[in-house]
Amino acid sequence: MKSLQELEAIRNKTLNEIHMRNDRTEGIRIVVGMATCGIAAGARQVLNALVDEVKKRNLSQVTVAQTGCIGMCRLEPIVEVYMPGEEKVTYVKMSPEKVARVISEHIVNKKAIKEFTVGSAEQQDKEERE
Amino acid sequence: MNLVRSHVLVCGGTGCTSSGCEKLIKEFDVQLAKAGIDKEVKVVKTGCFGLCALGPIVIVYPEGAFYSMVKEENIEEIVNEHLLKGRIVTHLLYDESVHEGEEIKPLNEIDFYKKQMRIALRNCGVIDPENIDEYIAFDGYKALGKVLTEMTPEEVIAVVKESSLRGRGGAGFPTALKWEFAAKQPKGQKFVCCNADEGDPGAFMDRSILEGDPHCVIEAMTIAAYAIGSNQGYIYIRAEYPIAVNRLQKAINQAKEYGLLGDNIFGTDFSFDLEIRLGAGAFVCGEETALMTSIEGYRGEPRPRPPFPAVKGLWGVPTILNNVETYANIPQIILNGAEWFKGIGTEKSKGTKVFALGGKIHNTGLVEVPMGTTLREIVEEIGGGIPDGKKFKAAQTGGPSGGCIPTSLIDTPIDYDSLTKIGAMMGSGGLIVMDEDSCMVDIAKFFLEFTVDESCGKCAPCRIGTKRMLEILEKITSGNGTVEDIENLKDLANTIKSSALCGLGQTAPNPILSTLKYFEDEYMAHVVEKRCPAGACKDLLSYVIIADKCKGCTICAKNCPVNAISGEVKKPFVIDQDTCIKCGVCEGKCPFKAIVRQ
Repeated sequence: MKSLQELEAIRNKTLNEIHMRNDRTEGIRIVVGMATCGIAAGARQVLNALVDEVKKRNLSQVTVAQTGCIGMCRLEPIVEVYMPGEEKVTYVKMSPEKVARVISEHIVNKKAIKEFTVGSAEQQDKEERE
Repeated sequence: MNLVRSHVLVCGGTGCTSSGCEKLIKEFDVQLAKAGIDKEVKVVKTGCFGLCALGPIVIVYPEGAFYSMVKEENIEEIVNEHLLKGRIVTHLLYDESVHEGEEIKPLNEIDFYKKQMRIALRNCGVIDPENIDEYIAFDGYKALGKVLTEMTPEEVIAVVKESSLRGRGGAGFPTALKWEFAAKQPKGQKFVCCNADEGDPGAFMDRSILEGDPHCVIEAMTIAAYAIGSNQGYIYIRAEYPIAVNRLQKAINQAKEYGLLGDNIFGTDFSFDLEIRLGAGAFVCGEETALMTSIEGYRGEPRPRPPFPAVKGLWGVPTILNNVETYANIPQIILNGAEWFKGIGTEKSKGTKVFALGGKIHNTGLVEVPMGTTLREIVEEIGGGIPDGKKFKAAQTGGPSGGCIPTSLIDTPIDYDSLTKIGAMMGSGGLIVMDEDSCMVDIAKFFLEFTVDESCGKCAPCRIGTKRMLEILEKITSGNGTVEDIENLKDLANTIKSSALCGLGQTAPNPILSTLKYFEDEYMAHVVEKRCPAGACKDLLSYVIIADKCKGCTICAKNCPVNAISGEVKKPFVIDQDTCIKCGVCEGKCPFKAIVRQ
């Protein structure tokens, strides 16, 4: 170890790997529904894509977690985003491709993607039925 | 690409190791591979979480799910339900950690952790102690970097002095004063030593720090070396702590690899190296002069002071010796400043203290609280009270050198001076809780047996005196004591206290003096009435069958290991007192509660 910079570099690199051990981080929580229905619809790939993307962009304040069945099995894979001080946003029928957009537009630029949300999916259903 | 999304922290402290955490880790590896998620989930073996009574403990992040008393066969369920499908296995969680609505509480809201403040233990149970990168991630070696690049040795000592940190090994000597004495000695060879020879029965604070966060001790010793101008350090640790020794050695190797030990640390002209010295587990080697004699390769015996080690220590050169927990506070004081540290604790005792909570208490384990926390808070709130609805009788602090705190003083704030005032002592941090079934004379005898065993024999007051005191205690607990014996005991105790060579002998009478102070009536009951009020001294106890309650069912007679019980079926049985060995089996077996202790 020859300099403080070297120490800082190791610190930053490792911190990203273990920040999730902080209890209840203040930051953003992204939760993936990982019940049987979710897994069957491809939630695992979505989850991995999320973790991958968060890591790639060094988003140390973001926690990716999983949860059980959210209840709308037909709309799986479902991803919920909890931003501090805001209503949660529920994304449905997610895919690894959609994940990249959610991270860049919602998580980084703080703009939810309306067309992916459960509200817009229901609207679509309604229109189709009519 | 590394896709870790979940961390499984398994406690790898000595407590959880003995309750089988190694098997759990293996099983996790097997089950994770079977579920095909072994690349997504990282299993980390950490240091002690503190709640040893509930081990083995597993915490899963990011959810922070706290699983307690986990068995090998539970792993499959945790992997398949929680890690694969995201459904926390509620029935395996620690009860206290779940809200009524099945929502998980963050760890710091659980009763056990709520009143704690973790400075020395901050990384225990959080990082992988065998991975230096994780220590660095939580600000490890940052204090050392700051010290070496921004501060002079005098400034380091000034900060430690300003923080009012006192030695956590027992006596509470101001840490900065030792450093200052050593620093003021003429330039030349000096040594930095760490006392990890923790030996009191029931104490495991230092072991847990070394097992859970070995790098913090290495970092602090390097800072100390810079402050006094030393280039070589020794950690004296007992060989009975294999996990701690192993992790410490790994940590030293990693630090050397990174250049955090060795020559020209952080590109400065400061160099420092560190070695482990194993002790054979003699209690007297926790005394500073005996410890140094032992490092030198001689028989571990103390020598009179002065000269103090800061002037003439290891191999005759200036040496500082601090305890593990004392060192564990140093990096935090450097990083957060003396003012921050001074804001914690009481007027004369700053910071926190780690206690190993044991005995008749619900949450046996390791706790760290701010100085000034009352014994009641530790026992009732953090410790979860006394099991089986029994009453608190006393707490013993400071092990064989300390004393008892009775119920009447349960609201005493725990700090150096309050404890000394009531005849107990802080000690290194063993805290043994006793309930109404504990006999205070018996407790004093237990600690005396320990000191008699551990006395090195160099000075007469300790070698002969402690043995005589033990004989008197044996006489009293066997029912042959007299009132005069109690007077002799007091006399002997006070003489030994003022005449023994080292701390071991000087404090050996403390368990007797403090129990005599608060529980003299119990001693009197033993000598005058030949009765043990707590029912613990076997010689003063007899089991009898109450004829009215006995139905003559023969269960007691069948279970008696020495055939001391006889009688006719369906008629009251009798215990032959000469044959009875007072094992108490019959009392537990009797369905009619007809057998009582007298």
